[in-house]
Amino acid sequence: MSELIRVLDLYKTYRMGDVEVPALRGINLTIARGEFVAVMGASGSGKSTFMNILGCLDRPSSGRYFLENAEVGSLSADQWAYIRNKRIGFVFQGFNLLARTTALENVELPMMYNGFSSRERHARALEVLGLVGLGERRDHTPNRLSGGQQQRVAIARALVNRPSLILADEPTGNLDSTTSNEIMTLFERLNTDQGITIILVTHEHDIAEHARRQIAFKDGVVVSDSSKRAWAGAVR
Amino acid sequence: MQWFMTFRIALRALARNKLRAFLTMLGIIIGVGAVIAMVAIGEGAKATIRAQIASLGTNVLVILPGSANQGGVRFGSGAVRTLVDADAKAIARELPAVAFTSPLVRRQEQVIAGNLNWATLVQGVAPEVQQIRDWDLADGRFLHEGDVDSAAKVAVIGETVARQLFGNDTPTDEVIRIRNIPFRIVGVLSRKGQSSQGADQDDTVMIPYTTMQKRLMRITWVQTILVKAVSAERVEEAEEQITILLRQRHRIGPERDDDFNVRNLSDIAEAASTTARVMGILLGSVASISLLVGGIGIMNIMLVSVTERTREIGIRMAVGARSRDIMLQFLVEAVVMAATGGLIGILLGIGSSELLKKWAQWPTLIDPGIVAIAFFFSGAVGVFFGFYPAQKAANLDPIDALRYE
Repeated sequence: MSELIRVLDLYKTYRMGDVEVPALRGINLTIARGEFVAVMGASGSGKSTFMNILGCLDRPSSGRYFLENAEVGSLSADQWAYIRNKRIGFVFQGFNLLARTTALENVELPMMYNGFSSRERHARALEVLGLVGLGERRDHTPNRLSGGQQQRVAIARALVNRPSLILADEPTGNLDSTTSNEIMTLFERLNTDQGITIILVTHEHDIAEHARRQIAFKDGVVVSDSSKRAWAGAVR
Repeated sequence: MQWFMTFRIALRALARNKLRAFLTMLGIIIGVGAVIAMVAIGEGAKATIRAQIASLGTNVLVILPGSANQGGVRFGSGAVRTLVDADAKAIARELPAVAFTSPLVRRQEQVIAGNLNWATLVQGVAPEVQQIRDWDLADGRFLHEGDVDSAAKVAVIGETVARQLFGNDTPTDEVIRIRNIPFRIVGVLSRKGQSSQGADQDDTVMIPYTTMQKRLMRITWVQTILVKAVSAERVEEAEEQITILLRQRHRIGPERDDDFNVRNLSDIAEAASTTARVMGILLGSVASISLLVGGIGIMNIMLVSVTERTREIGIRMAVGARSRDIMLQFLVEAVVMAATGGLIGILLGIGSSELLKKWAQWPTLIDPGIVAIAFFFSGAVGVFFGFYPAQKAANLDPIDALRYE
């Protein structure tokens, strides 16, 4: 399998007044195309910072980040916006849908920033809404959708530009366990059927079990990586 | 991102908060409406003054007799009787900058027609006065050269006199009596309205100046000479030439003062239209301040809107909006509000100036140039006051914006 993400010696330090707070202290990771990875860790472990850097939302203090074999850590803000638009789909804990905007328009949103015609946008948005099982709710605004349905709309939005990577930050954090399972099943299906690489941040073990690889963060370093041995063996 | 899309996003955002958008626009609406209406009032006043001045005749100079100084006693203007009709003829004949001249002898007289009478200003003039004062006839003919030569007992009457003495009847060929002398009416002047001093210019009777001198006043001099220069540019030249010529004709030595005064009506016109212009600028600038206040209102609401929609901005950035997309979105929102407000304001301004014209009889005048400037300006206000909030939105950090509650 080809390599999708490689980070080398990633450091991130926040300055709070005179105090320097290290968030990441030397992360080295490789994630292949088609993997389903759960990133785990307590709050303050650096997992969110790591995800922000992977999502081209934040710059590392030092170290290098390769996405699809191209270094992206040093690109301009506009180039980052392009990468977020084309190659990365985000799913958030709080869904982050635009209020008073229909499901269809929410899903179309990423396509508004890359020059598709409104007909192309419509067709593609309907397609992904169907994929997440919400085709008939296209005209509902978020306040008329349940939490699970809102998260499905958010997933459809993440998928609409055919990204190679989906970054999901606690996607089940605001959902009950039944709905959480449905959402996780949807992620698994997308991973196996569409071959989309999924990186998921969670602190719940049973959610992390859905992923095929678990990486644990603590105090800004990786403390365990379930597939390390298997992968190391495969490389050799 | 395409322009069309940006516009749609902006319109939709505004549609979500219709009342707020309208209230924000209200500042611009009132500002632009006030500018348009105030400038219309100013322009109307200016046009009225200009028309009044024009009704006196354009490029007109008035020659009055000067003051006399006899043994230290100085008499006022008009005390000397040195101006004669030959001066008027010589000025017209010899000076290239002068187009027409007419002597003027006038006096208030009681005019009688049938059983009606009316006190009016009787003016003895030459036929050229018609060209000098740009005065048309409503009926009949004006005075002839022959009427002057023969001191004929003919008269041309103004519209007010015609109405007072003849009502709705046609006065032409009727007879009026002035000091018991019968005058045949040969023509009626068209209506000219008020002078800039408020006097009714149509309340007059014109007869040949020779008739006035010989039969009514028994004098040989004239009170005034009216002069029309060939063009506005040559009014001053005419003034200088007249002074030189009259000093020669009146044999005034180099050390002695003129025995006449040359008055330039365009100076009065200038002063009057300057007053109107100053008033217009004053009204316009007061109104501009309200446009400025409207702009500040837009900035205020846009800043609130950016803060309220921080999370939306974060979402848009996360899914691939560049800083300039966000910037453009908010800028277009501000400009759409300002320009829409501007358009409504223009309609309001035109509407209220028409109402003023209709109900308050104010002579308002809409200048299309001002309308265009006001619209352009309201758009510019949108750009100017929308820029800072839009920049603030565009400079948000997506991580912070997404986390914003």
